[in-house]
Order: sequence, then structure tokens, then C-alpha cells
Amino acid sequence: MMQDDKVIVCEKLTKRFGDFIATNEITFNVHKGEIFGFLGANGAGKTTAMRMLCGLSSPSSGKATIAGYDVYTQTELIKKNIGYMSQKFSLYENLTVRENIEFFGGIYGLSDERIKSKTDELLRVLGLKSEANKLVASLPLGWKQKLSFSVAVLHDPQIVFLDEPTGGVDPVTRRQFWDLIYEAADRGITVFVTTHYMDEAEYCNRISIMVDGRMEVLDTPTNLKHSFQARSMDEVFYQLARGAKRGD
Amino acid sequence: MEAVVVKNLTKTYGKEKTVAVDDVSFSVNKGELFGLIGPDGAGKSSIFRMLTTLLLPDGGSASVDGHDIVRDFRQIRSSVGYMPGKFSLYQDLTIEENLHFFATVFGTTIEENYHLIQDIYVQIEPFKNRRAGKLSGGMKQKLALCCALIHKPTTLFLDEPTTGVDPVSRKEFWEMLKRLKEQHITILVSTPYMDEASLCDRIALIQGGKILSIDTPQNIVNAYPDRLLAVRAHEMYRLLKALESYPAILSSYAFGEYAHATLADTDTEALQAYLRGQGLTGVEVKDADVTIEDSFIKLLH
Amino acid sequence: MKQFLAFVRKEFYHVLRDRRTLLILFGMPIAQILIFGFALTNEVKDSEILVVDYAKDNASWELLTKIGSSRYFNIRQAALSHQEILSTFRQGKIKAVVVFPEGFNEDLLHHNKAQVQLIADATDVNTANMITNYLSSIILDYQNQVNANLQMPYRITPEVRMLYNPQLKGAHGFVPGVMALVLMLVSVMMTAISIVREKETGTMEILLVSPFKPVLVIFAKAFPYLALSLVNVTAILLLSVFVLDLPVKGSVPLLFAESTLFIITCLALGIFISIKTESQQIAMLISLMGMLLPTMMFSGFLFPIENMPVPLQVISNIVPSKWFYIIVKSIMIKGLGISMLWKETLILLGMTLFLLLISLKSFKIRLQ
Repeated sequence: MMQDDKVIVCEKLTKRFGDFIATNEITFNVHKGEIFGFLGANGAGKTTAMRMLCGLSSPSSGKATIAGYDVYTQTELIKKNIGYMSQKFSLYENLTVRENIEFFGGIYGLSDERIKSKTDELLRVLGLKSEANKLVASLPLGWKQKLSFSVAVLHDPQIVFLDEPTGGVDPVTRRQFWDLIYEAADRGITVFVTTHYMDEAEYCNRISIMVDGRMEVLDTPTNLKHSFQARSMDEVFYQLARGAKRGD
Repeated sequence: MEAVVVKNLTKTYGKEKTVAVDDVSFSVNKGELFGLIGPDGAGKSSIFRMLTTLLLPDGGSASVDGHDIVRDFRQIRSSVGYMPGKFSLYQDLTIEENLHFFATVFGTTIEENYHLIQDIYVQIEPFKNRRAGKLSGGMKQKLALCCALIHKPTTLFLDEPTTGVDPVSRKEFWEMLKRLKEQHITILVSTPYMDEASLCDRIALIQGGKILSIDTPQNIVNAYPDRLLAVRAHEMYRLLKALESYPAILSSYAFGEYAHATLADTDTEALQAYLRGQGLTGVEVKDADVTIEDSFIKLLH
Repeated sequence: MKQFLAFVRKEFYHVLRDRRTLLILFGMPIAQILIFGFALTNEVKDSEILVVDYAKDNASWELLTKIGSSRYFNIRQAALSHQEILSTFRQGKIKAVVVFPEGFNEDLLHHNKAQVQLIADATDVNTANMITNYLSSIILDYQNQVNANLQMPYRITPEVRMLYNPQLKGAHGFVPGVMALVLMLVSVMMTAISIVREKETGTMEILLVSPFKPVLVIFAKAFPYLALSLVNVTAILLLSVFVLDLPVKGSVPLLFAESTLFIITCLALGIFISIKTESQQIAMLISLMGMLLPTMMFSGFLFPIENMPVPLQVISNIVPSKWFYIIVKSIMIKGLGISMLWKETLILLGMTLFLLLISLKSFKIRLQ
């Protein structure tokens, strides 16, 4: 891959809380349009690392640029160029579908015209036209997840961070969700996914696994399974994380 | 001998009578590890809550250890163990205090049934003076299981015990369940994760309040009617698009690094040629091992 | 019984381990007593008043000295026009103005009818009322003196005497009020929140699916708050006796008995709220808006009920704190016994029984 198509560049990124090293010198790159899986057991340092990458927390040492912006000095620019979706919170349950889209469009500074055209486009693509004026709370979980992903990429960010995006939905709905992810990646949006579920991890182009603050492995699912002589990613993870010292 | 018998159980909620559980029937044998597998909102928790006498059914009947869930709720309450969906212990009490409290509430002592929980408890005992709120997900789950077991229940209801827990803890948890089975405790467990289905003796696949299929995991997989293909190429998104446009395609969907597909014919060569013709590289087509997830997808269509 | 005790112990752990709960439980009564006792007293002390003396004669001077010697007022003299008086008021530095018209002494001696003008800043009505009352009584007092000197045979002089609280100490009225307030907060809000918390965390589900009787769960949860509330009553009484210097005139055991009754009323209310709500925030909101506010408004502790419009007076009767406030005030300050308070006590008892009954009726042994 070419040098200039790296959208996440991390070099020895470290975060300390007193004596505790939450994230210990992690080094990796993520390319444009890649679906990158970021895995680790509870307390392995995933959340801390992700906060640094999103510009929410300043690293203790090391270097990182996100979408070309420095995580120390250009956090505001980083925030403008990324999207974020978590299973826990993404949409306002007591606003309607349309109001949610308009709200998040407004937050990211889209013009009124653009919000309007984006809203119509989204409602059409997601097949939510007849639900546009219904409260988000009344939607099934699968639709909420699809909607919140679409809202997270509403402003065409360079990178979208997904924090355990598809827990608890049926396999068909989950695939519809992954179709959206593939489509976004095809448009050149880089997708950065954290998850506990290894079958979900297998959808990623490359996977990294963190253990006790370090990034132990980084490769494609096929290569990882091959080098650990494992049948599934679950086994790979188990072999790596079994020896972990830290819990959360 | 049947530990749990469910007959035409129905539950609706609210004024709009939203159906959460729709005419569900199944039975679980004594000492069996039975799994309710389905996504959020499928009705798993409602079934568990009716069986543990927390909710009244709107139709049908059920019994646990021969006790009717409506009439004999007192007997059921003193004989079953229940682990609700979310972590439900006292966060501000230590491991030991939690366990002691639940033992006392159930009219027993830790010592009396220590043999039941020993296996699990030794793993968290070094931290027994730590507050439950400060434990890792896996440790919380172990403690919750200890608390649900401390009164030596005949039947154990575990509602999504592995949700939000990392893979290592999940694996350990299922191993604990296998060992509990040896103590002849009937275990009903629910989970949204298809890959956990194969660890149960028998499973019920459930969606929208209805049971799609009940059998052993192996039988469910064996009953898959079509030849299932695993297809891969370098670019997944374009592969999925290409598969959708293939004339003889019946179904296709992503499955990890592969796409799974069923065809109207048996000509895999033609499929490969077609995909290459679409400009895809690294094309590979082979027979797939059917999983519970494939069966579930098939049943949903 | 063993189960019950395990429950009570657990509940104490919850309370003792949560700093916020501890703060509300024990910090608040102390803070309230001190705030109401010292900072917010409605005594009129060292009020700045302005005197405009057009008379400048013997009588006006005598009366002025009399006002000035009272510890309630600080006098500033000035010769101002009516306009200037108004602008001084606007600056907000003075509370009242006393104007002596020309020939004050003359009028008093010869016409037996003199006039003094009192102008008060009524933006704070209570203070204005009090100041004019004080000033009037000082003037009456002086009049009395003058009349006595003149040896007038017959004159009716209204005598103002502050009953039960001769030094006009504000804290007197506040201690019973604070007691009602604190007990409301601790017993209603804390009980409601602690039960709802078990619903929220899911532990209530486990407790229901146990051989422990569901009703006992509720009682076991309420019991520790009864104990803690009694500790609070003790703390408030100790503070009021030793810090605010306000002794309990009546029977202390009676005071505790009545407090226990009121605490049970509150616990029943708390239980009822917890049964009807699903989240801690809502339980808290209802406790605050539905219980604390009426206590402040309708117990007679901040606003005299007699001055309220009739509909509000009627409403005040259903607020339990009102009756508790009357009872505590009567015991602490007037030193009355149960023979004088049986009516209020009966009303409170009736309310308690009613609330207990409806909370037990609405309690369900299942979810929803």
C-alpha cells in the first residue's frame, strides 16, 4: 500500500495513569477504506487507546496522527473528521428518526440543504421513510443500529469508530448492518471496530489483539488462524488472552 | 423425567398487546443443559421471567419440577436459581458479603453447599474482600453464578449470562456449566450468540416470540436442506454484490472472511468463472460447514 | 428472623459505604440547623433606619433616643426632602424611615394628637412588617411614658408581648420545621431510592425469586431508615439544645414517640413511591417535588398558614408535616403534653395507617 493512504498512524502510543500503564507503546497503521478490528479482553486497554485516537484523551508519550491530524495538538480537527458509534449510546430515543438525523447533521455543521438531502437519502436507503416521524425508541434494535451507523457517517468522516456495534441482533439483521459497513468502506471510509465477539471480528480486513496494554498481534484473520493453528478467531484470542494478568 | 414443561405459553405487554412470547411449548429433561438461542427482543427474558414466577403468563401453562408457575410460585421460588440478564448483585458489597447475604436470604449457609460452588468460588476467593462493583466482567459473572447456586437449586435459569463478557471468560463460563451438569442440576440458559449453541445439549432457536426449531445442535445443523458453499475473494463488498447478481443464486450473505451461498444448481465451476468475470481476484469456492447461524438464517427466510 | 437481620445489616452497609448517602443523612440536618439557626433568622437586628426630623424638639429627641437605644435599630440622621427619601430607599441601604413633622412636641402636649410617619421598604414584607411593628411599639411605649408623666387618668395602651419566644429568636420556629424537613428527606426519599435501586440493578428480581417473603423485603428495607431517622432526631435536638441554646420544654420521650410515628408515615410514603416508580431519578424527583415542597409550603414553618388563601389552608390539612410541625412546636416550645395534642396525634396516626395500607395493597409479588 502507498505511504500516503494511511489514515491512522500510531507509533509507541502510551497512556499512563500513575504507575499503571493502560496502553503500552502500541504501534500500528490503518489504511484508507480498511475495516480494522481492535480486540482485547476486558481491561486490556482498548477503551483507553480508542479515547486517545478519538482525541478525547491526551497520550502520555508516543506519536499518533488521525486523518493526518496530531492527537496532541489538533484534537478539534480530529473530531471533525471522525464518526463514532457505540451500542450503548448513539441516538436520542425520545426524538424521531428525522429529528435525530437533523440533530446530528447540525452538530457536524452541515448546511440546512445538505441535511435535508442527506435525510431524504438516508431514509430511502434504510427503508425508513414510513418511520421517519416515529420515535427512535419504538424501532427494533436492528434498525436503531443501522440508523446510528448511518448517522455516524452522515458527515462523510474519514474514519468511523464503532464500539461493539452489533450485539444482540439476529444474524440476518447483523448482516444488513455489515452490508452498510462494507459499503462505507467501499466509499473510502475507514472503519475501526472494537468487539468482544470473534465471529464479528472475522468480518474485518485486519485484526489486532491487545493483551495487558500491549498490541500482541496484528494480521488478517486468515493469517492469524494459520499462525496459531486455530480453527477460529475465538481460539486465537483464547490462546493469547488466557495469560492476561489484568481484568478491568 | 422432565424438569421444565412449557405448554402454549403466551405473554403480551401493554395496551397494544405487543406479543412477546407467542404460543411457545417445549420441555427440558432433568439434568439437561438447554439453550434458548435468539436475538434481543426474541422473548427469551420473558420466558425466563414467567418460569421463575416473576411474570404471569397471558395464556398457556408451565411447570418447573412439577410445580405450576402460577399456583405453586412459592415452591418454585425456594427451589430454583436465577441469574437475571444484567449483573444483579450489590456493587457496594464485597464478594463474601454478597454470597453470605444470598445464602442467608435463601435460608442456608455458605458452608452447607460449599461443594457446589467450590470450583467456581476458588477462582474469585483471593478477592473476597473486594467490592463487587470493582470486579471484572468475568469475575462478576462467576460471583453471580455462585450466588445463584448457593442454595442448591434443582433448576438454574441463566438469562444471557455471557453478554458483554470477553471470550476467555465466556469459555470458562461454559466449562463451569458443563461441570455443574455433572451435579445433576438442570440448566436453562439464554444467549443471543449462535456460536454458544453447540455447547448445549439441546437448543430452541427463537425469534419474535416464536420457536423456530428445537433439537440438538447437531440435528439442527444436519437438517440444513441445501448445499452450502463458502466463497471468498479479495474484496468482500464486491464479492457480495457479484453473488447477488449471479443468476442461479438462492441466498448469499457474509460469513466471517467468507460469503456463504446456496445455489439453484450444483455448478460451482460456473460460479467461479462468473465471479472472475466480474473482475474479482483470489476467488475460492468450497463446501461450507453448516453452523447454527446458517440454520437460523435459513429459518428466518 | 435471621434473614431479616442479614437484610438489615446489608442495608447498613449500603448506607455506610456511600459517601453521598452519608452526607445527606448526617451532614444535611446539621447544615440545616445551622443555616436556619444562624444565617436565615428572621430577627430584625441592627436594621439601618433613617430619621428625618423636621421637629427637632424635646419630644422628637426623646423618642429618637429611645429608638436608638433599642438593639434592633441603627439610626442615621439626615435632613432630606421627600424625593431624597425615595432615592435613599432605592439604594437599598436602609430598611425604614421615621419622619417627625414640624411641631411634634407641640402637638403631643397640647393637642394630644401627634403624628409620626413610618416608611418601610416593603420589598421584603416580613421584615417591613416586623420593623414597623417594633417601631410602633416603641412609640406606644414612649407615649405611655409621656402620658404617665402627665398623670392622665385613663388611657388604653396596647401592650405587645412576644409569647413563648420573648427574645424573638428565629431558631425557635425553625427547629421543628427542620425536623419535619429532614425526616421527610431521609425517610421518604432515601427509602424510595433504596428500594427503586434494587429494581434498577435487578437484585429485586433475585429477591423475589427467593423464599424470603416479598413484604418482608420491603419492611427490612424500611427498618434501617427508621433507626437512622431517630438518630437524626437526636442529633437535631442535641444541636438545638447545646448549640442554639433552645431547651425542650415538654417531655422528651413524648417527642421521640411522636417522631417515630411521623417517621413511619414517611416510610410508608417512601415505600409507596418506590412501588410506583422504576428509576431512582424519578423516585427522587417525586420525593422532592411531592413531599419536600409541600412540607416547606404547607407545614407553617416558612409561611404562616393563617395568611394563606382558604383553598390552600384546606390543602395544608392533608400534609402530614403540618401536624408533625404543630406537635413538635407544642412539645418543644410550649411544653404541652399528650392531653393537649391527642387530636393532632390521632390525625397523624390515621394518615400513617392509611398510607401503610395503600402501600401494602399496591405492593406486588411479581414484576410489573
